[in-house]
Amino acid sequence: MSTVVARRRPRRPVGHAAQRTLIHVGLVSAAFVMSYPLLWMGASAFRPSEEVLIEDSLWVSNPTLENFINGWTSVAQTSFGTFFANSLIISVLAVMGNVISCSLAAYAFARLPFRGRRVWFALMIGTIMLPYHVLLIPQYLLFNSLGWVDTFLPLVVPRFLATEAFFVFLLVQFFRLIPKDLAEAARIDGCGHARIFAQIMVPLAVPAMATTAAFSFIWSWNDFLNPLIYLTSQATYTVPIGLALFVDASGTSNYGGLFAMSLLSLLPVIGFFLAFQRLLLDGISTTGIK
Amino acid sequence: MAVTASSTRDDAGLGPSSRQGRRSGPPPGPADRPPGNGGWNESARSTLAGYLFLSPWLVGFFGVTALPMLASLVLSFTNFSGSFSRMEWVGVENYRIMFTVDPAYWGSVRVTLLYVLISVPVMLVFALAVATLLNKGIRALGLYRTIFYIPSLLGGSVAIAVLWRFVWGESGLINGVLSVFGIDGRSWIGNPDTALITIMVLNVWTFGSPMIIFLAGLRQVPTELYEAAALDGAGRRARYWYITLPSISPVVLFNGILATIGGFQAFTQVYVVSGGTGGPAGSTLFYTLLLYQRAFTELRFGYASAMAWVLLVVIAAVTAAVFASGRFWVHYGDGEK
Repeated sequence: MSTVVARRRPRRPVGHAAQRTLIHVGLVSAAFVMSYPLLWMGASAFRPSEEVLIEDSLWVSNPTLENFINGWTSVAQTSFGTFFANSLIISVLAVMGNVISCSLAAYAFARLPFRGRRVWFALMIGTIMLPYHVLLIPQYLLFNSLGWVDTFLPLVVPRFLATEAFFVFLLVQFFRLIPKDLAEAARIDGCGHARIFAQIMVPLAVPAMATTAAFSFIWSWNDFLNPLIYLTSQATYTVPIGLALFVDASGTSNYGGLFAMSLLSLLPVIGFFLAFQRLLLDGISTTGIK
Repeated sequence: MAVTASSTRDDAGLGPSSRQGRRSGPPPGPADRPPGNGGWNESARSTLAGYLFLSPWLVGFFGVTALPMLASLVLSFTNFSGSFSRMEWVGVENYRIMFTVDPAYWGSVRVTLLYVLISVPVMLVFALAVATLLNKGIRALGLYRTIFYIPSLLGGSVAIAVLWRFVWGESGLINGVLSVFGIDGRSWIGNPDTALITIMVLNVWTFGSPMIIFLAGLRQVPTELYEAAALDGAGRRARYWYITLPSISPVVLFNGILATIGGFQAFTQVYVVSGGTGGPAGSTLFYTLLLYQRAFTELRFGYASAMAWVLLVVIAAVTAAVFASGRFWVHYGDGEK
């Protein structure tokens, strides 16, 4: 009897070696199928253009770097250098804006018992759920009347106003976990809220701020709708808009160049992810950020 | 007796200031505030500090969120098309045209609903299935997690949408695989019957982020429950059905709502895969894409605002309905429903 019970008791590693192997086989094949398009894109970036559509395998028989050179200047008048520089400027400013404004707001929500806090907090949470399309047109009219269209301002200024409430929520959760005694002790020593925030809370919240920074960068880097609406002259285009222009305008057969530029456009995102992997995955687990 | 009680309360409240030696006598305002600092009482100070810290968010909330939202509601009852001097109040005309006249409207509703109703559940099933396998204490968990998550990270980018056009094109990867089995596939993206499917697959492909959330949920399920059930003779399937699923039902609800809200707002992939047209034959004309066209290519801002408000109401209603349905299937710990 006791042996039966023992056999049925679930163990951390699943029972039989055969079964474990089966799981690994399943997972590896799923991972392979899922990653194949990405790997194929990577391989195609190093192939002569005329081979791209014919070759379905990952093997590159005639490797070349030519795609990166002719892809870089493939869009008339502007090079991808401009697009990358624009994307970088916008993304870095978006990171700064989000980290500063969201952590200020989050500190207030998490730690300052001011009047009306509950109401504001509820409103802030409400904006997380708000579909962006409701704001699209009035924001466009607002920024247009300010003369901001065809500048980076509509893409950057809202970030300094903590409008991506997801990050406020993430940081609130984090600030709440920091023991109160530290701030309490500092206050007895005569510290104001500004110093408590800057000298105690910020250093302790570095992990949550790094998560915010990484996701801000990735979202801003990948953003397509806002640049599509606000950036009208080619010199201000970001990488995604440049790519869309490439794919539409080309209609050509410079597939190699297209894949090379697509690959380059993904590298910063993948780099950020690998660098902050642990923090990002924890961030997703706790708040559901994409 | 009464004195003792009050003095203990005082000590508890004044812990900090009593250490400072209570030089300023009875502090102003509520008894638990530390003394001094320019005569402000603590409550007023922290309210002031609170609003100062909150000020960027407040400006953003009113300037870029709340007031624009109201403005869009007002615009939805006008024929605004870029010039305020020619703007007229048209009542519910935009809504009437939308529901009864606009030939593309109901098609876009249908496409969007199909997309949400099919790709969201399929994505969540994939996410849960893979998370379940990963939760069996296997090796190389971190590596698998990373590989499965990367598509979620990249899925919203133009580069992947561009890639998708090649994968599902006439001489793309999918047809390359099919030709091995002697099937001669057409372009999946050029065919109105299959174009939407390719975009659904793209959404399912990004199952990594709900998977991470499921994985975190699965780890919270207390092992005692499984042990108790095993002692009662429950088989593996029964344990999954009666313990695992109810235990993570709040996570299912959470993921379901996030993916649904996201699904209604899909835009980038649709725009790039169809070249901004929603074609072929309107088969990928998503609601958001129609809204974009009406607003930014036809400059019918009033009409598009009405579309946006209908979207908002539908998303809110669906979210509320999913939440409400949770009463019947979501379990929050300790046998409570």
